[in-house]
Amino acid sequence: MPENGASAKAAPAASGLAAAQETKRQRTRMIIRAVGMLPVLLLLSIGFHVLSDGRFFTGQNIGIVVQQSAVNTVLAAGMTFVILTGGIDLSVGSILAAAAMAGLIISKFPDLGALWLPAAVLTGAVFGILNGALIALLRLPPFIVTLGSLTAVRGAARLLGADTTVFNPSIPYAFIGNGALTLIPGVLSIPWLWVIALLVILVSWLVLKRTVLGVHIYAVGGNESAARLAGIKVWAVLIFVYGVSGLLAGLGGAMQAARLYAANGLQLGQSYELDAITAVILGGTSFVGGIGSIWGTLVGALIIAVLSNGLILIGVSDVWQYVIKGLVIIGAVALDRYRLQGSART
Amino acid sequence: MSEPILEMRRVSKSFFSIKALRDVDLTVYAGEIHALMGENGAGKSTLMKILSGAYRPDPGSEIRIDGQPVQISGPLGGRAAGIAIIYQELSLAPNLSVAENIYLGREVSRGGLLAREVMQAAVGPILARLGADFTPQTQVANLSMGQRQLVEIARALHARSRILIMDEPTTALSAGESERLFALIRQLRAEGLAIIYISHRMDEVYALGDRVTVLRDGTLVGSLDKDEIRADTIVRMMVGRDVSSFYKKEHDPKNDPEARSGAPVLAAVDIADNRRVKGCSLTVHAGEVVGLAGLVGAGRTELAHLIIGAAPMISGHVEIEGRPVAIRTPGEALDAGIAYLTEDRKALGLFLDMSCLDNINLAVLGRDAKFGGILDRDKARDRAKRAFVGLGIRAANVGVPAGGLSGGNQQKVLLSRLLAIGPKILILDEPTRGVDVGAKSEIYSIIDNLAKAGTAVLVISSDLPEIIGICDRVVVMRAGHIAGQMRRGATSPLSQEEIMALATGTEQIDA
Repeated sequence: MPENGASAKAAPAASGLAAAQETKRQRTRMIIRAVGMLPVLLLLSIGFHVLSDGRFFTGQNIGIVVQQSAVNTVLAAGMTFVILTGGIDLSVGSILAAAAMAGLIISKFPDLGALWLPAAVLTGAVFGILNGALIALLRLPPFIVTLGSLTAVRGAARLLGADTTVFNPSIPYAFIGNGALTLIPGVLSIPWLWVIALLVILVSWLVLKRTVLGVHIYAVGGNESAARLAGIKVWAVLIFVYGVSGLLAGLGGAMQAARLYAANGLQLGQSYELDAITAVILGGTSFVGGIGSIWGTLVGALIIAVLSNGLILIGVSDVWQYVIKGLVIIGAVALDRYRLQGSART
Repeated sequence: MSEPILEMRRVSKSFFSIKALRDVDLTVYAGEIHALMGENGAGKSTLMKILSGAYRPDPGSEIRIDGQPVQISGPLGGRAAGIAIIYQELSLAPNLSVAENIYLGREVSRGGLLAREVMQAAVGPILARLGADFTPQTQVANLSMGQRQLVEIARALHARSRILIMDEPTTALSAGESERLFALIRQLRAEGLAIIYISHRMDEVYALGDRVTVLRDGTLVGSLDKDEIRADTIVRMMVGRDVSSFYKKEHDPKNDPEARSGAPVLAAVDIADNRRVKGCSLTVHAGEVVGLAGLVGAGRTELAHLIIGAAPMISGHVEIEGRPVAIRTPGEALDAGIAYLTEDRKALGLFLDMSCLDNINLAVLGRDAKFGGILDRDKARDRAKRAFVGLGIRAANVGVPAGGLSGGNQQKVLLSRLLAIGPKILILDEPTRGVDVGAKSEIYSIIDNLAKAGTAVLVISSDLPEIIGICDRVVVMRAGHIAGQMRRGATSPLSQEEIMALATGTEQIDA
C-alpha cells in the first residue's frame, strides 16, 4: 500500500513538471515569435551607425528612414491581412499607381479638389474588392488573380492619365506628404506620413486581435475547411482582406501623390508588392496563413527601410544593394520554414 | 519455443528530465502477432520510434535481434535491422507509381537512366504474393486507402523486413478492407514474419493477437497469452483501475414523459444527394441518443453533411421541432440549433495553431461580441476555463495551441466549441476516434448528460460496442439507404449481430 501511495504521488509530480516545462517552452516560443526580428532591426541600425561613422542615429536621418518606410508599412499592413488568410496580393503596386492617378485627376477639378483623398482611397478599395470577389466567389487562386490584376490595373493607371505624368503643385492636403506633426516645438516632430502609417498599424492590430472578424481571419488562414464547417462566412472574410489590401494600397497612393505633387501611371509603385511581401514575411507571418502579427510587419518594414538607407549611407553601390536585399528575402523565408517547424502542428 | 527474433531489455528513454519509457522489456517471436496496447501517451509510439531508429534509447537499454545486440540509428538503421513500420498516416507519394514508391530512395538505374522495367519486374511478384488487384505501374493517387496500405506492406517485404510494425492500420479502412488486411496479416505470420500490432480496438486484438503487451505511463504492465486475452483484463491493465461502468448510460428518454410526447426535434425527410445518399429519413427526439451505424462508405457522414448544409441536397428536407427549415450552409445549421462534430478533427475541426481559448469560443464570438464586433475577452476566457473544468480538458492553460494536446483533449476542445452554442441537436461523427480509453468514458458521460438536459443526440460510429453501450435507438445505413432500425428494450439490449446483419445486408452472420 505505501508503494501505491508513493507512485500515485510521483505521477502527478512528473506530469506537473512536464506541464511546467511545456509551458516554459511555449512561452519561449511565443516570446521568440513576438519579438521576432526586432533584435535584427536593432543590430542592423547599430551596425550601420558604426560603419557610417555615426551618421545613422541622427534626427534628420531617422526622419528620412521613417518617411521612406511609411508607404511600404501601409501596403504591408494590408498584405498582412491577406497573407494571414493564406493568400497573396501581387497587385498592390499597380493599385497604388491607379489610386494616385485617380486622386490627382480629381484634385485638378476646382470644385471637387478636396475630395481627391477619399477618391484615391476608394479607387484602391474598389480594385481590392474586385480581387476579393474573383478569389472568394469564383474560387480562383489568389496568386493568379492578383498576377492578372498586377498587369491589368497597371494598364488602367496608364489609361487614367492618358499615359502621361499628372502634376498638381497646389494639391490640397499636401502637408500629409511633406509636413510634420510638431509634438514639442523645435525638438520633436513626426512626419505626417509616419503618423498615418502608425495609425494604420494600430487600427490593423485592433481589428486582428480585438474583433470577431480578426479571429475569423486567423481561422480561415489556419484551416479553411474547418472555418467553413464552423459556420464562418469564408467568402466574406476573403473579400474583406483583399478589400483592405486594396484600400490601403489606395491610401499609399494618396500618400505618394501628396509627397510628389504628381503621379505617373507607368512608374509609380513599380514592384512595391515585393517590398510589402518581404516586410510581412520578415515580420514572422507564416506564408501558409494563420500565424503572424501586425507588429512584426512594422518591424519588417523598418528593416527594409533601414537596409536601403544604411547601405546608401555606407556607400554600397546600387547594384550590390539589390543583391543584398534579395538575399534578405531568401533569408526571411528560410526563417519562416524554421519557425513553422517549431509550431504546434502535429 | 524457438529463439525470439526481437528482444528489448530494460529499454528507457528520457526527454530532458522526463522519462517517457522506463525499463520496458518486450520479446517478440517470428511467426507471431504481438499486440501492443496502452492509452495515448503510454509510450507505445516512443517504443516504436526507438525500433525504427528515430529515437536513440538511454544508455543501459539493450536491443537484440536474433540474439545479437544491435544499435539502431536513423531510419536506415531500422531498415538494415529488418524492421519496417507502417504508419497511421501513410508515407507514399501519390503522384508516383506503385513501383516508384516501393523503390523510393533506392531507385535502380542503368548508366544514369532510371531502369523502370527492372523495378516493375521486381515489384510484380511481391504484389502477387499480397494478392493485390493493381499493377506496379498504377499511380498511387488512384488507389484506395486499403490498397495504399498494401503498397506500404509490399515496400516492407521488398526491403526483406522480418519485423513489421503496424500502427492503428485500420483507422482509415472500410470493414471489407480491414477483413482483407487481417487475412493478409495472418498470411504474413504463416510466412514467418513477426508482427507488432498497435491498436485501440479490442475486437481487432481478439481477432489477431497471439500475445498482448500493455504499457502504462511508460512502464510495462504485463503481457497476456492468447487464452488470457479478455477485454476487462486489458482495460484494467491500461487504465490501472476498474472501468466498471465504461459506457455511461443513466438517462433513458422512456422515463421522460416530455420527451415522448410531441414532434421529433430533428427529422430528416427523404434526403438524397443521388451519389452516396439515396433517400434517407430519420428522427431524433429530445433527450434521445440515436446511433447511426453502418459500414464505412455507407453514406453516414455524407448524410450528416447534407443535414447541416455542408453539401448540397438534391431532394428531401429537414424539419426541426415539426417545422421545415432551409439549411444551405453550416452557419445556417448552427443558427437553426444543429451542431456537428466532424469525424476528422484535424482537417475539418480544429485550428491547430490557434489557442484552445479561440478554438472553444469560435462559434459564439459573434454572439458574445460588444458593439457589433469587438471581442469580449473576459467572457471568452471564462467560457474556456469553465469548459476546461467541466469537460476535464488537460492542458497547461487555455492559451496553449490546440495542436499540442492529446487526441482526447483535442476532441473535448472541439466538443466544447459545439456545446458553447447550446445546440438543440448535436450530431457527433465518430466522437471517440483516436481517443484513449479514459477520455472515451468521459465523452460517453458528457453525451449522457446532454441527453439528460434534453439535447437530441445523433451519434455516427463504427464502433458497435459503443453504439450499443450509449444509444437508445440505432438506425442502420447500407449503401446510401436506411436499412432498418431497432430500439433498446427494457430487457433486451441492442444486438451487435442484428446491426451487422442490417449493415452488411446478410440475414445470417457468423459471430
